[in-house]
Amino acid sequence: MSEVKKFLYVNRKAPYGTIYAQEALEVVLIGAAFDQDVSLAFLDDGVFQLTKGQDTKDAGLKNFSPTFRALGDYEVTKLYVEQESLDERGLTLDDLQDIQYEDEDDDYEEKPSIIVVSRAGMADVMADQDVVLSF
Amino acid sequence: MSTLHTVNKSPFQNQTLISCLGHAKAGDSVLLMEDGVYGAMSGNAMSEVVAGMGANVKLFVLGSDVTARGIDAGRVAEGITSVNYEEFVGMAASCDRVQNWL
Repeated sequence: MSEVKKFLYVNRKAPYGTIYAQEALEVVLIGAAFDQDVSLAFLDDGVFQLTKGQDTKDAGLKNFSPTFRALGDYEVTKLYVEQESLDERGLTLDDLQDIQYEDEDDDYEEKPSIIVVSRAGMADVMADQDVVLSF
Repeated sequence: MSTLHTVNKSPFQNQTLISCLGHAKAGDSVLLMEDGVYGAMSGNAMSEVVAGMGANVKLFVLGSDVTARGIDAGRVAEGITSVNYEEFVGMAASCDRVQNWL
């Protein structure tokens, strides 16, 4: 059995202007197969990835935002969101999707995946990782 | 425990360098490379911001990316250490993790 490492996927870009956000999500889903300790970080424009009500039909783009709600099924249950990045963009937690996971250690109770942290808290999360992958 | 942060975007293009310096811990190293080297110059609109926010980290710049852009070595701000590729590799190998700010 190989050692479990802490992986952090850092999301700093808005969802549709570049391919970064969608690619990050693809990598997270692939990486989930390797049974590592995975967290996602959303800061700067990356917080825009999590807004609810995204409708890309008329823009002719693939709306990948519902995928965030499926991450719990892949045991990706820690989505750190930076408070200052929300504040700067006039967003609150209410503007984001309600993303939950079923805690198998707690009678499959549904719990929120989004963890709002301060900028200093985000720095702590980053410094606590074995591997940081940026998108 | 320390992190090597790399920044490859000009601070005049976007907030990447600011965000990096806002998250780096005291004692971390920040390496400015590619267009990131413009953030290492003295006497421009970003110089004081970089010096202030970078006061608790070690600032480095990739020398070959400085010379490639025709920036005189004398324009690199005081306190920013120029490194070559070999030293860059050594820094990456000796830190606990590398975080690339894209």
